[in-house]
Amino acid sequence: MFRRYIRLFGVQLRASSLLAMQYRGDFIVEGLISLFWSATALAPLFVVFQKQGQQIEGWSFGESLLVIGWFTLLQGILEGAISPSLTGVVEHIRKGTLDFVLLKPADAQFLVSTTRFLPWRATNALAALAIFVYGFHILGTSPSLLGVLASLVLLGCSVLLLYSLWILTVSAAFYVVKVDNLTYFFTSIFDAARWPAPVFRGVLAFVFTFVIPLAVMTTFPAEALLGRLSLMSLVGSVLGSVFFAFVSRRVWLHAIGHYTSASS
Amino acid sequence: MSVRSTLRAFPTLLRVGVSEAVAYRAEMFIWVLSTTMPFIMMALWTAVARAAPVGRYSGDDFIRYFLAAFVVRQMTGAWAAWQINYEVRQGTLAMRLLRPISPLWSYAAENLGSFPMRLFVVVPVAAFSVYKLGWGSVPQTLWGWVFFFLSLFAGWLITFLANVAIGTMSLFMESSTKLMDVWIALFFVCSGYLYPVELFPPAFRAALDWLPFRYQIGLPVELMTNTHDFHKALALLGRQWLWVALMLTISLGLWKRGLKRFAAYGG
Repeated sequence: MFRRYIRLFGVQLRASSLLAMQYRGDFIVEGLISLFWSATALAPLFVVFQKQGQQIEGWSFGESLLVIGWFTLLQGILEGAISPSLTGVVEHIRKGTLDFVLLKPADAQFLVSTTRFLPWRATNALAALAIFVYGFHILGTSPSLLGVLASLVLLGCSVLLLYSLWILTVSAAFYVVKVDNLTYFFTSIFDAARWPAPVFRGVLAFVFTFVIPLAVMTTFPAEALLGRLSLMSLVGSVLGSVFFAFVSRRVWLHAIGHYTSASS
Repeated sequence: MSVRSTLRAFPTLLRVGVSEAVAYRAEMFIWVLSTTMPFIMMALWTAVARAAPVGRYSGDDFIRYFLAAFVVRQMTGAWAAWQINYEVRQGTLAMRLLRPISPLWSYAAENLGSFPMRLFVVVPVAAFSVYKLGWGSVPQTLWGWVFFFLSLFAGWLITFLANVAIGTMSLFMESSTKLMDVWIALFFVCSGYLYPVELFPPAFRAALDWLPFRYQIGLPVELMTNTHDFHKALALLGRQWLWVALMLTISLGLWKRGLKRFAAYGG
Protein backbone atom coordinates (compact mmCIF):
# COMPACT_ATOMS: atom_id res chain seq x y z
CA MET A 1 0.00 0.00 0.00
CA PHE A 2 2.66 2.46 1.09
CA ARG A 3 5.01 1.30 -1.69
CA ARG A 4 2.29 1.91 -4.24
CA TYR A 5 1.87 5.52 -3.12
CA ILE A 6 5.61 6.10 -3.31
CA ARG A 7 5.61 4.80 -6.87
CA LEU A 8 2.60 6.89 -7.75
CA PHE A 9 4.37 9.93 -6.38
CA GLY A 10 7.38 9.18 -8.57
CA VAL A 11 5.21 8.93 -11.67
CA GLN A 12 3.45 12.22 -10.96
CA LEU A 13 6.73 13.97 -10.28
CA ARG A 14 8.23 12.73 -13.54
CA ALA A 15 5.19 13.78 -15.49
CA SER A 16 5.32 17.34 -14.20
CA SER A 17 9.06 17.59 -14.82
CA LEU A 18 8.51 16.58 -18.43
CA LEU A 19 5.66 19.04 -18.69
CA ALA A 20 7.86 21.81 -17.34
CA MET A 21 10.67 21.07 -19.79
CA GLN A 22 8.32 20.90 -22.75
CA TYR A 23 8.42 24.61 -23.33
CA ARG A 24 12.08 25.38 -22.98
CA GLY A 25 11.67 29.13 -23.37
CA ASP A 26 9.18 29.22 -20.54
CA PHE A 27 11.45 27.01 -18.46
CA ILE A 28 14.28 29.51 -18.57
CA VAL A 29 12.03 32.53 -18.09
CA GLU A 30 10.52 30.81 -15.04
CA GLY A 31 13.97 30.29 -13.57
CA LEU A 32 14.98 33.87 -14.16
CA ILE A 33 11.76 35.13 -12.61
CA SER A 34 12.34 32.94 -9.54
CA LEU A 35 15.74 34.52 -9.05
CA PHE A 36 14.33 37.97 -9.69
CA TRP A 37 11.63 37.45 -7.08
CA SER A 38 14.16 36.33 -4.49
CA ALA A 39 16.23 39.42 -5.19
CA THR A 40 13.31 41.84 -4.87
CA ALA A 41 12.27 40.09 -1.66
CA LEU A 42 15.52 41.36 -0.15
CA ALA A 43 14.99 45.00 -1.11
CA PRO A 44 12.81 45.97 1.89
CA LEU A 45 15.37 44.39 4.21
CA PHE A 46 18.13 46.58 2.84
CA VAL A 47 15.96 49.66 3.20
CA VAL A 48 15.15 48.81 6.83
CA PHE A 49 18.77 48.09 7.73
CA GLN A 50 20.36 51.00 5.88
CA LYS A 51 21.69 52.41 9.12
CA GLN A 52 24.73 50.59 10.53
CA GLY A 53 23.91 48.56 13.63
CA GLN A 54 20.15 49.03 13.23
CA GLN A 55 18.04 46.44 15.05
CA ILE A 56 14.34 45.65 14.95
CA GLU A 57 12.98 44.19 18.17
CA GLY A 58 16.37 42.70 18.98
CA TRP A 59 16.94 41.23 15.52
CA SER A 60 20.06 42.41 13.74
CA PHE A 61 20.58 42.46 9.98
CA GLY A 62 22.34 39.10 9.91
CA GLU A 63 19.70 37.45 12.06
CA SER A 64 16.86 38.82 9.94
CA LEU A 65 18.62 37.44 6.89
CA LEU A 66 18.19 33.97 8.36
CA VAL A 67 14.45 34.58 8.65
CA ILE A 68 14.34 35.72 5.02
CA GLY A 69 16.32 32.65 4.05
CA TRP A 70 13.69 30.38 5.57
CA PHE A 71 11.00 32.46 3.96
CA THR A 72 12.62 32.07 0.54
CA LEU A 73 12.95 28.32 1.00
CA LEU A 74 9.34 27.91 2.11
CA GLN A 75 8.11 30.15 -0.66
CA GLY A 76 9.88 27.87 -3.11
CA ILE A 77 8.21 24.83 -1.58
CA LEU A 78 4.83 26.54 -1.48
CA GLU A 79 4.93 27.82 -5.05
CA GLY A 80 6.82 24.88 -6.49
CA ALA A 81 5.21 21.90 -4.82
CA ILE A 82 2.08 22.85 -2.91
CA SER A 83 0.06 25.50 -4.64
CA PRO A 84 0.34 24.49 -8.34
CA SER A 85 -1.48 21.20 -7.88
CA LEU A 86 -3.94 22.49 -5.36
CA THR A 87 -5.04 25.43 -7.47
CA GLY A 88 -5.93 22.67 -9.91
CA VAL A 89 -8.54 21.45 -7.43
CA VAL A 90 -10.33 24.75 -7.65
CA GLU A 91 -10.44 24.36 -11.42
CA HIS A 92 -11.71 20.78 -11.03
CA ILE A 93 -14.50 21.90 -8.74
CA ARG A 94 -15.58 24.65 -11.07
CA LYS A 95 -15.61 22.45 -14.14
CA GLY A 96 -17.01 19.42 -12.36
CA THR A 97 -14.06 17.24 -13.40
CA LEU A 98 -13.25 16.39 -9.80
CA ASP A 99 -15.45 13.35 -10.31
CA PHE A 100 -12.72 11.76 -12.42
CA VAL A 101 -10.25 12.16 -9.58
CA LEU A 102 -12.66 10.76 -7.00
CA LEU A 103 -13.26 7.68 -9.13
CA LYS A 104 -9.60 6.69 -9.15
CA PRO A 105 -8.53 3.92 -6.77
CA ALA A 106 -6.22 6.06 -4.65
CA ASP A 107 -6.70 8.64 -1.95
CA ALA A 108 -8.15 11.79 -3.50
CA GLN A 109 -6.19 14.17 -1.30
CA PHE A 110 -2.99 12.42 -2.29
CA LEU A 111 -3.85 12.56 -5.97
CA VAL A 112 -4.82 16.22 -6.07
CA SER A 113 -1.79 17.22 -4.00
CA THR A 114 0.75 15.61 -6.28
CA THR A 115 -0.49 16.41 -9.76
CA ARG A 116 1.78 19.29 -10.59
CA PHE A 117 5.20 20.50 -9.55
CA LEU A 118 7.19 23.43 -10.85
CA PRO A 119 10.78 22.17 -10.78
CA TRP A 120 12.20 25.62 -11.40
CA ARG A 121 11.19 26.71 -7.95
CA ALA A 122 14.14 24.66 -6.73
CA THR A 123 16.19 27.78 -7.47
CA ASN A 124 14.61 29.19 -4.33
CA ALA A 125 16.43 26.55 -2.30
CA LEU A 126 19.73 27.68 -3.80
CA ALA A 127 18.87 31.31 -3.14
CA ALA A 128 17.97 30.41 0.46
CA LEU A 129 21.29 28.62 0.90
CA ALA A 130 23.15 31.67 -0.39
CA ILE A 131 21.21 33.87 2.02
CA PHE A 132 22.05 31.59 4.95
CA VAL A 133 25.74 31.64 4.09
CA TYR A 134 25.71 35.42 3.74
CA GLY A 135 23.76 35.82 7.00
CA PHE A 136 26.19 33.70 8.99
CA HIS A 137 29.09 35.46 7.31
CA ILE A 138 27.77 38.76 8.65
CA LEU A 139 27.09 37.31 12.09
CA GLY A 140 30.58 35.86 12.13
CA THR A 141 29.42 32.53 13.54
CA SER A 142 28.24 29.21 12.23
CA PRO A 143 25.26 27.13 13.33
CA SER A 144 25.73 24.20 15.72
CA LEU A 145 24.89 20.69 14.57
CA LEU A 146 22.09 20.49 17.09
CA GLY A 147 20.71 23.79 15.79
CA VAL A 148 20.73 22.53 12.21
CA LEU A 149 18.93 19.35 13.24
CA ALA A 150 16.30 21.29 15.18
CA SER A 151 15.77 23.63 12.23
CA LEU A 152 15.33 20.67 9.89
CA VAL A 153 12.66 19.26 12.20
CA LEU A 154 11.01 22.68 12.11
CA LEU A 155 11.27 22.73 8.32
CA GLY A 156 9.22 19.55 8.32
CA CYS A 157 6.69 21.22 10.63
CA SER A 158 6.48 24.31 8.46
CA VAL A 159 5.87 22.33 5.30
CA LEU A 160 3.19 20.35 7.08
CA LEU A 161 1.63 23.58 8.35
CA LEU A 162 1.70 25.28 4.98
CA TYR A 163 0.24 22.23 3.32
CA SER A 164 -2.51 21.95 5.93
CA LEU A 165 -3.39 25.62 5.72
CA TRP A 166 -3.54 25.28 1.98
CA ILE A 167 -5.80 22.23 2.21
CA LEU A 168 -8.07 24.24 4.50
CA THR A 169 -8.17 27.05 1.94
CA VAL A 170 -8.92 24.65 -0.87
CA SER A 171 -11.62 22.93 1.17
CA ALA A 172 -13.27 26.32 1.40
CA ALA A 173 -13.61 26.10 -2.38
CA PHE A 174 -16.26 23.42 -1.95
CA TYR A 175 -18.44 25.90 -0.09
CA VAL A 176 -17.50 29.17 -1.80
CA VAL A 177 -17.31 28.57 -5.51
CA LYS A 178 -14.98 31.30 -6.59
CA VAL A 179 -11.83 30.82 -4.66
CA ASP A 180 -8.90 31.90 -6.80
CA ASN A 181 -8.79 35.06 -4.82
CA LEU A 182 -8.66 33.04 -1.59
CA THR A 183 -5.34 31.73 -2.84
CA TYR A 184 -4.18 35.31 -3.39
CA PHE A 185 -5.31 36.08 0.11
CA PHE A 186 -3.26 33.20 1.44
CA THR A 187 -0.07 34.21 -0.37
CA SER A 188 -0.39 37.81 0.71
CA ILE A 189 -0.76 36.77 4.34
CA PHE A 190 2.18 34.39 4.01
CA ASP A 191 4.24 37.40 3.01
CA ALA A 192 4.27 38.54 6.63
CA ALA A 193 6.45 35.52 7.44
CA ARG A 194 9.33 37.42 5.88
CA TRP A 195 9.88 39.38 9.08
CA PRO A 196 10.91 38.19 12.55
CA ALA A 197 7.74 37.46 14.50
CA PRO A 198 8.45 39.85 17.45
CA VAL A 199 7.82 42.72 15.02
CA PHE A 200 4.12 42.01 15.27
CA ARG A 201 2.25 43.04 18.38
CA GLY A 202 -1.25 42.79 19.77
CA VAL A 203 -3.85 41.18 17.56
CA LEU A 204 -1.41 40.49 14.74
CA ALA A 205 0.94 38.68 17.12
CA PHE A 206 -1.88 36.43 18.30
CA VAL A 207 -3.07 35.66 14.77
CA PHE A 208 0.40 34.95 13.43
CA THR A 209 1.25 32.59 16.30
CA PHE A 210 -1.94 30.62 16.77
CA VAL A 211 -4.32 31.09 13.84
CA ILE A 212 -1.83 31.28 10.98
CA PRO A 213 1.37 30.11 12.66
CA LEU A 214 3.82 32.14 10.62
CA ALA A 215 6.16 32.45 13.61
CA VAL A 216 6.65 28.70 13.61
CA MET A 217 7.47 28.66 9.92
CA THR A 218 10.31 31.16 9.66
CA THR A 219 11.19 32.74 13.00
CA PHE A 220 11.54 29.51 14.97
CA PRO A 221 13.86 27.79 12.46
CA ALA A 222 16.00 30.93 12.36
CA GLU A 223 16.17 30.93 16.15
CA ALA A 224 17.06 27.25 16.08
CA LEU A 225 19.96 27.96 13.75
CA LEU A 226 21.10 30.69 16.12
CA GLY A 227 20.86 28.16 18.94
CA ARG A 228 18.41 30.10 21.05
CA LEU A 229 15.15 28.25 20.52
CA SER A 230 13.74 26.72 23.70
CA LEU A 231 12.89 23.04 23.75
CA MET A 232 9.34 23.97 24.72
CA SER A 233 8.85 25.91 21.47
CA LEU A 234 10.24 23.02 19.44
CA VAL A 235 7.93 20.47 21.02
CA GLY A 236 5.01 22.91 20.81
CA SER A 237 5.61 23.43 17.08
CA VAL A 238 5.73 19.73 16.34
CA LEU A 239 2.54 19.04 18.28
CA GLY A 240 0.85 22.11 16.84
CA SER A 241 1.62 21.24 13.25
CA VAL A 242 0.49 17.64 13.69
CA PHE A 243 -2.73 18.96 15.17
CA PHE A 244 -3.16 21.34 12.21
CA ALA A 245 -2.60 18.50 9.77
CA PHE A 246 -5.19 16.40 11.58
CA VAL A 247 -7.77 19.19 11.49
CA SER A 248 -7.19 19.90 7.82
CA ARG A 249 -7.56 16.21 6.95
CA ARG A 250 -10.90 16.07 8.78
CA VAL A 251 -12.09 19.23 7.05
CA TRP A 252 -11.04 17.87 3.66
CA LEU A 253 -12.90 14.59 4.23
CA HIS A 254 -15.96 16.52 5.35
CA ALA A 255 -15.78 18.76 2.27
CA ILE A 256 -15.36 15.79 -0.08
CA GLY A 257 -18.26 14.07 1.64
CA HIS A 258 -20.52 17.01 0.88
CA TYR A 259 -19.32 17.43 -2.66
CA THR A 260 -21.97 17.14 -5.30
CA SER A 261 -20.55 17.19 -8.78
CA ALA A 262 -21.23 20.23 -10.90
CA SER A 263 -23.55 18.40 -13.25
CA SER A 264 -25.77 16.80 -10.63
CA MET B 1 -17.49 54.61 -33.04
CA SER B 2 -17.77 58.31 -32.56
CA VAL B 3 -16.68 60.13 -29.47
CA ARG B 4 -20.22 61.23 -28.82
CA SER B 5 -21.76 57.79 -28.68
CA THR B 6 -18.88 56.52 -26.53
CA LEU B 7 -19.60 59.31 -24.10
CA ARG B 8 -23.27 58.43 -24.20
CA ALA B 9 -22.63 54.75 -23.51
CA PHE B 10 -20.03 55.18 -20.79
CA PRO B 11 -22.41 56.03 -17.91
CA THR B 12 -24.33 52.84 -18.65
CA LEU B 13 -21.13 50.81 -18.63
CA LEU B 14 -20.25 52.39 -15.31
CA ARG B 15 -23.63 51.44 -13.89
CA VAL B 16 -23.02 47.85 -15.02
CA GLY B 17 -19.63 47.97 -13.30
CA VAL B 18 -21.21 49.17 -10.07
CA SER B 19 -23.85 46.46 -10.07
CA GLU B 20 -21.20 43.83 -10.77
CA ALA B 21 -19.23 45.03 -7.78
CA VAL B 22 -22.36 44.90 -5.65
CA ALA B 23 -23.26 41.42 -6.90
CA TYR B 24 -19.82 39.97 -6.16
CA ARG B 25 -19.26 41.84 -2.93
CA ALA B 26 -17.93 38.84 -0.99
CA GLU B 27 -15.32 38.27 -3.64
CA MET B 28 -14.38 41.90 -3.58
CA PHE B 29 -14.08 41.83 0.17
CA ILE B 30 -11.52 39.04 -0.10
CA TRP B 31 -9.61 41.10 -2.67
CA VAL B 32 -9.55 43.97 -0.22
CA LEU B 33 -8.30 41.64 2.51
CA SER B 34 -5.53 40.40 0.28
CA THR B 35 -4.10 43.90 0.04
CA THR B 36 -3.22 43.96 3.72
CA MET B 37 0.46 44.48 2.96
CA PRO B 38 0.39 48.11 4.19
CA PHE B 39 -0.72 46.89 7.62
CA ILE B 40 2.14 44.41 7.81
CA MET B 41 4.59 47.08 6.72
CA MET B 42 3.05 49.40 9.29
CA ALA B 43 3.78 46.89 12.06
CA LEU B 44 7.31 46.49 10.79
CA TRP B 45 8.16 50.16 10.43
CA THR B 46 6.63 51.22 13.73
CA ALA B 47 8.82 48.51 15.30
CA VAL B 48 11.83 50.00 13.55
CA ALA B 49 10.89 53.51 14.61
CA ARG B 50 10.33 52.56 18.24
CA ALA B 51 14.00 53.03 19.08
CA ALA B 52 14.58 56.16 17.01
CA PRO B 53 12.67 57.89 14.19
CA VAL B 54 13.66 56.87 10.67
CA GLY B 55 14.46 59.93 8.59
CA ARG B 56 11.65 62.31 9.49
CA TYR B 57 9.21 59.48 10.18
CA SER B 58 8.18 58.66 13.73
CA GLY B 59 5.96 55.72 14.60
CA ASP B 60 2.83 57.81 14.15
CA ASP B 61 4.01 59.08 10.79
CA PHE B 62 4.43 55.53 9.61
CA ILE B 63 0.92 54.63 10.75
CA ARG B 64 -0.41 57.63 8.85
CA TYR B 65 1.64 56.80 5.78
CA PHE B 66 0.59 53.18 5.53
CA LEU B 67 -3.08 53.83 6.24
CA ALA B 68 -2.94 56.31 3.36
CA ALA B 69 -1.11 53.71 1.25
CA PHE B 70 -3.91 51.25 1.91
CA VAL B 71 -6.50 53.84 0.86
CA VAL B 72 -4.63 54.75 -2.31
CA ARG B 73 -4.04 51.12 -3.25
CA GLN B 74 -7.75 50.43 -2.98
CA MET B 75 -8.63 53.39 -5.16
CA THR B 76 -6.03 52.78 -7.86
CA GLY B 77 -6.60 49.06 -8.35
CA ALA B 78 -6.85 47.60 -11.85
CA TRP B 79 -6.91 44.01 -13.06
CA ALA B 80 -7.32 44.44 -16.79
CA ALA B 81 -4.07 42.57 -17.55
CA TRP B 82 -5.39 39.29 -16.17
CA GLN B 83 -8.76 39.88 -17.78
CA ILE B 84 -7.29 40.54 -21.23
CA ASN B 85 -4.95 37.57 -20.87
CA TYR B 86 -7.79 35.29 -19.96
CA GLU B 87 -10.09 36.55 -22.68
CA VAL B 88 -7.42 36.29 -25.36
CA ARG B 89 -6.68 32.70 -24.40
CA GLN B 90 -10.32 31.73 -24.18
CA GLY B 91 -11.19 33.61 -27.32
CA THR B 92 -13.99 35.50 -25.61
CA LEU B 93 -12.34 38.78 -26.53
CA ALA B 94 -14.06 38.27 -29.90
CA MET B 95 -17.39 38.77 -28.16
CA ARG B 96 -16.31 42.08 -26.75
CA LEU B 97 -14.93 43.19 -30.09
CA LEU B 98 -18.32 42.70 -31.68
CA ARG B 99 -19.76 45.45 -29.58
CA PRO B 100 -19.74 48.89 -31.12
CA ILE B 101 -17.51 50.25 -28.37
CA SER B 102 -13.87 49.56 -27.64
CA PRO B 103 -13.37 46.81 -25.02
CA LEU B 104 -10.95 49.14 -23.26
CA TRP B 105 -13.85 51.32 -22.21
CA SER B 106 -15.67 48.40 -20.66
CA TYR B 107 -12.56 47.22 -18.80
CA ALA B 108 -12.14 50.76 -17.49
CA ALA B 109 -15.80 50.92 -16.50
CA GLU B 110 -15.54 47.64 -14.59
CA ASN B 111 -12.57 48.95 -12.61
CA LEU B 112 -14.11 52.33 -11.92
CA GLY B 113 -17.46 50.75 -11.10
CA SER B 114 -15.97 48.94 -8.12
CA PHE B 115 -14.85 52.14 -6.45
CA PRO B 116 -18.15 53.14 -4.81
CA MET B 117 -18.14 49.76 -3.03
CA ARG B 118 -14.51 50.23 -2.04
CA LEU B 119 -15.41 53.51 -0.38
CA PHE B 120 -17.11 51.46 2.33
CA VAL B 121 -13.68 50.18 3.34
CA VAL B 122 -11.61 53.21 2.47
CA VAL B 123 -13.56 55.96 4.20
CA PRO B 124 -13.55 54.29 7.65
CA VAL B 125 -9.79 53.69 7.38
CA ALA B 126 -9.19 57.33 6.46
CA ALA B 127 -11.55 58.47 9.21
CA PHE B 128 -9.71 56.29 11.72
CA SER B 129 -6.44 57.86 10.65
CA VAL B 130 -7.87 61.35 11.19
CA TYR B 131 -9.39 60.36 14.54
CA LYS B 132 -6.17 58.81 15.78
CA LEU B 133 -3.57 61.11 14.30
CA GLY B 134 -5.31 64.39 13.61
CA TRP B 135 -6.13 66.31 10.46
CA GLY B 136 -2.64 65.86 9.07
CA SER B 137 -3.85 62.54 7.66
CA VAL B 138 -5.84 64.29 4.93
CA PRO B 139 -4.91 67.28 2.75
CA GLN B 140 -5.15 70.47 4.75
CA THR B 141 -5.54 72.99 1.96
CA LEU B 142 -7.94 73.38 -0.92
CA TRP B 143 -5.20 72.96 -3.53
CA GLY B 144 -4.05 69.96 -1.52
CA TRP B 145 -7.40 68.26 -2.03
CA VAL B 146 -7.49 69.14 -5.73
CA PHE B 147 -3.97 67.84 -6.26
CA PHE B 148 -4.71 64.72 -4.24
CA PHE B 149 -7.69 63.77 -6.36
CA LEU B 150 -5.82 64.60 -9.55
CA SER B 151 -2.92 62.40 -8.50
CA LEU B 152 -5.26 59.63 -7.38
CA PHE B 153 -6.97 59.63 -10.76
CA ALA B 154 -3.63 59.73 -12.58
CA GLY B 155 -2.37 56.91 -10.36
CA TRP B 156 -5.31 54.79 -11.42
CA LEU B 157 -4.79 55.74 -15.06
CA ILE B 158 -1.13 54.68 -14.96
CA THR B 159 -2.02 51.39 -13.27
CA PHE B 160 -4.85 50.71 -15.68
CA LEU B 161 -2.90 51.63 -18.81
CA ALA B 162 0.07 49.54 -17.69
CA ASN B 163 -2.39 46.69 -17.25
CA VAL B 164 -3.72 47.23 -20.74
CA ALA B 165 -0.22 47.38 -22.23
CA ILE B 166 0.92 44.21 -20.49
CA GLY B 167 -2.37 42.41 -21.11
CA THR B 168 -2.11 43.29 -24.78
CA MET B 169 1.30 41.65 -24.92
CA SER B 170 -0.57 38.36 -24.67
CA LEU B 171 -1.55 38.96 -28.29
CA PHE B 172 2.14 38.84 -29.24
CA MET B 173 3.21 36.01 -26.94
CA GLU B 174 1.14 33.14 -25.56
CA SER B 175 0.69 34.58 -22.11
CA SER B 176 1.80 37.77 -20.48
CA THR B 177 1.09 36.92 -16.87
CA LYS B 178 4.80 36.35 -16.27
CA LEU B 179 5.51 39.81 -17.59
CA MET B 180 2.90 41.09 -15.18
CA ASP B 181 4.69 39.32 -12.32
CA VAL B 182 7.85 41.22 -13.16
CA TRP B 183 5.98 44.50 -13.31
CA ILE B 184 4.37 43.80 -9.95
CA ALA B 185 7.70 42.93 -8.33
CA LEU B 186 9.14 46.23 -9.55
CA PHE B 187 5.97 47.98 -8.45
CA PHE B 188 6.30 46.63 -4.92
CA VAL B 189 9.91 47.71 -4.61
CA CYS B 190 9.74 51.10 -6.31
CA SER B 191 6.26 52.48 -5.67
CA GLY B 192 6.43 53.49 -2.04
CA TYR B 193 4.04 50.69 -1.14
CA LEU B 194 6.50 48.95 1.20
CA TYR B 195 8.22 52.07 2.50
CA PRO B 196 8.09 55.80 1.78
CA VAL B 197 10.28 56.42 -1.29
CA GLU B 198 12.19 58.99 0.75
CA LEU B 199 13.75 56.16 2.75
CA PHE B 200 15.26 54.62 -0.34
CA PRO B 201 19.06 54.95 -0.53
CA PRO B 202 19.82 58.37 -2.07
CA ALA B 203 21.60 56.84 -5.06
CA PHE B 204 18.35 55.24 -6.24
CA ARG B 205 15.98 58.00 -5.34
CA ALA B 206 16.63 60.02 -8.49
CA ALA B 207 15.84 56.94 -10.57
CA LEU B 208 12.53 56.50 -8.75
CA ASP B 209 11.50 60.02 -9.72
CA TRP B 210 11.73 59.02 -13.36
CA LEU B 211 10.06 55.60 -13.13
CA PRO B 212 6.28 55.28 -13.33
CA PHE B 213 5.89 53.21 -10.17
CA ARG B 214 6.09 55.89 -7.53
CA TYR B 215 3.35 57.81 -9.30
CA GLN B 216 0.99 54.86 -8.81
CA ILE B 217 1.09 54.88 -5.01
CA GLY B 218 3.79 57.11 -3.59
CA LEU B 219 2.73 60.48 -4.93
CA PRO B 220 -0.98 60.23 -4.03
CA VAL B 221 0.00 59.06 -0.54
CA GLU B 222 2.46 61.91 -0.12
CA LEU B 223 -0.15 64.42 -1.27
CA MET B 224 -2.73 62.93 1.07
CA THR B 225 -0.37 63.26 4.03
CA ASN B 226 0.79 66.80 3.20
CA THR B 227 4.40 65.95 2.45
CA HIS B 228 5.09 68.53 -0.26
CA ASP B 229 4.73 72.28 -0.58
CA PHE B 230 2.82 73.74 -3.52
CA HIS B 231 5.70 74.01 -5.99
CA LYS B 232 7.17 70.59 -5.31
CA ALA B 233 3.72 69.04 -5.51
CA LEU B 234 3.01 70.77 -8.82
CA ALA B 235 6.31 69.56 -10.29
CA LEU B 236 5.66 65.97 -9.25
CA LEU B 237 2.10 66.10 -10.47
CA GLY B 238 3.40 67.31 -13.84
CA ARG B 239 5.70 64.31 -14.11
CA GLN B 240 2.89 62.01 -13.13
CA TRP B 241 0.65 63.29 -15.91
CA LEU B 242 3.54 63.02 -18.34
CA TRP B 243 3.64 59.33 -17.46
CA VAL B 244 -0.11 59.12 -18.05
CA ALA B 245 0.37 60.55 -21.53
CA LEU B 246 3.26 58.21 -22.27
CA MET B 247 1.40 55.14 -21.02
CA LEU B 248 -1.64 56.15 -23.05
CA THR B 249 0.44 56.29 -26.23
CA ILE B 250 2.19 53.00 -25.53
CA SER B 251 -0.86 51.03 -24.54
CA LEU B 252 -3.12 52.28 -27.32
CA GLY B 253 -0.36 51.64 -29.86
CA LEU B 254 0.15 48.08 -28.62
CA TRP B 255 -3.57 47.48 -28.49
CA LYS B 256 -4.14 48.59 -32.11
CA ARG B 257 -1.26 46.52 -33.45
CA GLY B 258 -2.11 43.55 -31.26
CA LEU B 259 -5.73 43.36 -32.34
CA LYS B 260 -4.64 42.83 -35.92
CA ARG B 261 -2.97 39.63 -34.77
CA PHE B 262 -5.94 38.41 -32.76
CA ALA B 263 -7.24 35.16 -34.19
CA ALA B 264 -9.75 34.14 -31.48
CA TYR B 265 -8.39 30.74 -30.56
CA GLY B 266 -11.17 28.37 -29.85
CA GLY B 267 -13.74 31.01 -30.79
